[in-house]
Amino acid sequence: MSETAITAMAARSAPRRMSHPAFWLASIAAALVAIIALRAFGSEYAYFAATFVLQYVVLATAWNILGGYAGYVNFGAAAFFAAGAYTTVAIGKALGLSLLPCIAFAAAVGGALGFGTGILTLRLRGAYFAIATLCLSVVLQTLVVNWDYVGGSRGAYVIRPREVPWPFDSYSGYLCAIMVVLAAASVAIARSIETSRLGLGLAALRDDEAAAEAAGVPTLRLKLVATTISGAMMAVAGAPLPYLGSYVEPNSAFGLAYAVNAIAMPLIGGTGSWAGPLIGAILLASLQQAATVTISSAANLLIVGVVLVVFVCAAPHGIIGLFRRRA
Amino acid sequence: MDPDLALLLNGIVSGLLLGGLYAAAAAGLSVSFGMLDVVNIAHPAFMVLGSLIVALLWAATGLDPLLLSILLTPAFWALGAAIYVAYHHFFERRGDEAIQGLAFFFGVMFIIEVGLVLAIGPEQHFVDAAYANTTWRLGEIDLPLRMLVPALVSFAAIGGLVLFLRRTFTGRAIAAVAQDREALRLLAIDPVRIKRLAFGISIAMAALAGGALVVVQPVDAWSGHVFIGRVFAVVIMGGLSSLGGCVLAALAFGVVENVTASFYGPSWSPAVAFGCLLLVLAVRPQGFFGRTA
Amino acid sequence: MSTDIVLRAEGVGKRFGGFTALSGVELEVRAGERLGLIGPNGSGKSTFTNCLAGAFPSHDGGFTFKGQKLAGLTSHERARRGLARTFQLPRPFRGLTVLENIRVPLAYGGRDSATDERAMECLQSVELASKAHRMPRELTQVELRRLELARATALRPELLIADEVMAGLSHAEVDQILALLFRLNGNGTTIIMIEHVMRAVTEFSQRLAVLVAGKKIADGDPRAVLSMPEVEEAYLGR
Repeated sequence: MSETAITAMAARSAPRRMSHPAFWLASIAAALVAIIALRAFGSEYAYFAATFVLQYVVLATAWNILGGYAGYVNFGAAAFFAAGAYTTVAIGKALGLSLLPCIAFAAAVGGALGFGTGILTLRLRGAYFAIATLCLSVVLQTLVVNWDYVGGSRGAYVIRPREVPWPFDSYSGYLCAIMVVLAAASVAIARSIETSRLGLGLAALRDDEAAAEAAGVPTLRLKLVATTISGAMMAVAGAPLPYLGSYVEPNSAFGLAYAVNAIAMPLIGGTGSWAGPLIGAILLASLQQAATVTISSAANLLIVGVVLVVFVCAAPHGIIGLFRRRA
Repeated sequence: MDPDLALLLNGIVSGLLLGGLYAAAAAGLSVSFGMLDVVNIAHPAFMVLGSLIVALLWAATGLDPLLLSILLTPAFWALGAAIYVAYHHFFERRGDEAIQGLAFFFGVMFIIEVGLVLAIGPEQHFVDAAYANTTWRLGEIDLPLRMLVPALVSFAAIGGLVLFLRRTFTGRAIAAVAQDREALRLLAIDPVRIKRLAFGISIAMAALAGGALVVVQPVDAWSGHVFIGRVFAVVIMGGLSSLGGCVLAALAFGVVENVTASFYGPSWSPAVAFGCLLLVLAVRPQGFFGRTA
Repeated sequence: MSTDIVLRAEGVGKRFGGFTALSGVELEVRAGERLGLIGPNGSGKSTFTNCLAGAFPSHDGGFTFKGQKLAGLTSHERARRGLARTFQLPRPFRGLTVLENIRVPLAYGGRDSATDERAMECLQSVELASKAHRMPRELTQVELRRLELARATALRPELLIADEVMAGLSHAEVDQILALLFRLNGNGTTIIMIEHVMRAVTEFSQRLAVLVAGKKIADGDPRAVLSMPEVEEAYLGR
C-alpha cells in the first residue's frame, strides 16, 4: 500500500477533532453567552440556581479527570470541595482577600492535597485507592471540626462585600459569572487533557498499568499529575461556596451530596469524554435544584442514588455511550 | 489507683468491648470484600438498616434486640443474595467490576440511607435492653453490660461463622472461591451459587452487627458512614479473608480509638482511626495479621 | 552478524517468599541474534522476563543492556531505552481503538512521533491496518497477538522479548507470526523468543537456552541443546 493510501486510511473514519485553541475559543464564547443571558434575565433565583448547577459542572469535570480518564475512583470529592471552601474562609479571614485570589489559593491547596493523596496512595489500586480517599475525607473533616480559627463545628460566616464589581447588578450575579467562567475553563481543561498525550497515557494506565509501563508510560508520574489537577479543580469548585450561602459549616461543606454527585454525574453522563460529566452535571443538578423546590433534600439524594444505580446497571457507558457505539 | 492509669485501663477495656462491635461489623465485610472480592461499601448501611428495623421491632414487641437481630438474619440473607444476583448479572459477568461496581454499591448505600430517612425520619433511634443499665465492676474497671453482651454475641456469631467455613462442605467451598474460581468448576460446584450464598451470609452478619450496634448506641440513618472507614480498615488490617485477623484488628482498632477519645476528646478519635488505615494502606496494604501476598 | 553483546544477565536470582524462582542465571545475547528461551512450566521463564523488563526487581545479580546497568530503572524507563516485551496473554488497552493502542508507545517511547501515519505503518507491518478503528474486543486471538507485537515494536526496540506469542495458535497462524518476527529481526531487532511451541522455537532460534527450576541448564546450538539428555529429561520427566 502506498504512503498516500495509508494517510487516507488514517484520516478516514478517524473522528474529526476540533483543535485546542478552537475549543478554548468556543468555551469562552459559550461562557460569554451564558453570562449575558443570565444578566439579561437578572433574577436572584436564576443566579443562585445557575451557580448551584455550575459548581457541579466544575466538580464533576474535575472528578472525571482522575476517575474517568485514569480510572481511579475518588470517594473523597467532598473533602477536596470543602478544602476549597475552607481555604476561602481562612484566607479571607487571615489576609482579608476577596473571592478571586481565594480561588487561586484554593487551587493551590487542592492541588497540594491531591498531590499528597497521590503520594500516599501511589501503589494502591482499585478499591484500595477508593477506600483511602474516603479515609482522607474523614481525617480532613476531623481536622476542620477541631480547627477553631475557621469556626470548628459551629461553622463560619462570610459576609458578601457590599460593593459589586461593574457591570453586575448584584453580588449573586457576579458570583454566578465567576462560576460560569470556572465551569467553561474546567471543561476546556478536561477536553485538552483528554485529547493530549497526557490523556492517551491516562487511558492506557486506566486499562492496564503493567502494559502501559511496558509501552513506556510513566504511570506513577501520570497518576500524580492526574490527582493534582483533579484535586486543584475540585477545590476550585468549592471555593465560592462560603459566598453562595454566606455561611459554611463542616457537615454541609463535607456533605455527602458532593461526594455522591461527583461520582454520579460523570458516570451518568459517561466517563470517557469531557461531555459526559458536563451532561451529567447539568441534568442531575438541574433535577435536584428543581426537586428542592418541591420535595425534601433527602428525597433529592434518593433520586441521585436511584439514577446512579439504574445507570451503572443499564447504561455502563453513560448517556454518551448510549449514542456512541464505542468505548 | 492512679487516676490516669484507671482512665487508661478503662479506655482499653471499653475499647476491647467496642472492638467486639467492630468485629461484628467487619466480619461480614471480610466475607464479601475479603473472600469474594466484592467491594460492598454499602455494608455499614445494611448494618444500620438492621439496627433501625430492630429498633422498630423492639418498640413494637419489647423482645430482646439481639434476639430480634438474629430473627432478622434470614430476611437479610435473602436480601444479600438478591443484591449479589444483580451485581453478578450487571457487573461481574461483564467484567466491569471496577468503577461501575463501586458506584453501584455507593448508590445502594444512598438508597438505603435516604430511604430510611424518608421512611422513619432522620432522628436517632435507640433500644433499652433489659441489661442496658447494669454495670459489672472489677476493681476500678467498669464492664457495662450494654457493651459486654453485644460483644459476646458478636464473638459467638463470628465463632459460628469460622466453624461453618472450616467444617462444612459449603463453607470450605466459600473459602475455596476466595482462592481459585476454576478449582470449584472442576469440582462441579457453581462458583456463582457459592458466592451468592456467601454474600447472603455477609449481609446476614450485617443484621447481627446492626442489633449489636443499636444496643450500644443510638442509631440514625447516617450512622453507617463513620463505620465505612472503620470496617474497611479492620478488614484490610486483618488481612482481608482471615476472620481471626479481622477480630484482632477490630480489637486493636477499638482500643486505639477509645483511648484517643478518653485522652483527647471524642472529636479526634475518627482522625486517629482513619489515619491508621491510611498508613496501613500506604505502608502495608496486605494487612498486619494476614498472610503475606 | 555483529558480535556486540546487547544484553548480559549476571547471576540473576529471584525468590518469592521461600520459593526460589530463579537462581544464578547467566546469559549473553548478541546484537541481532535470535535466541530461544525454553523450559517446562514454572521453570522461571516468565520471572526472567519480568525481572528483565522491570516488572519487579531481582534479588541477586542484574542486567546490563547496551553497556548500561538496568538496576533501579522502572519498566517504562527500560522500554524507552529500547527493551520491549509482549505479555503472555495479550493485554491490549481495551478502552482504546487499535490505532490508539499503537499511539501509546509512539507517544511515550520517545523514539518516534505519535502521528496517525506512523501508527498506521506499525499496524500495516502486522497486517492490522484494516482494523485500525476497531476496538480490541472485536479482534480475534491471533489479531490480538499481532496487536501485542505491534505495540512492542512501535517502541523501535533494540531487544524484543516475545513471551509465548504462539500459544494456542493454529499452524498457519504460527507461520504468520514467525514471518513477522523474522522480518523484525531482519531489520536489526534482537529477539528473545520464549515459547512452548517447539516447531516455532527450533525454526526461529539461532541459539537455545534452557531454564529448569530457575537455573540455566543448557545454552548453545538448538539441535545440540535439544539432544542433551538433561534437557530431554526436564521435558519428558523421569
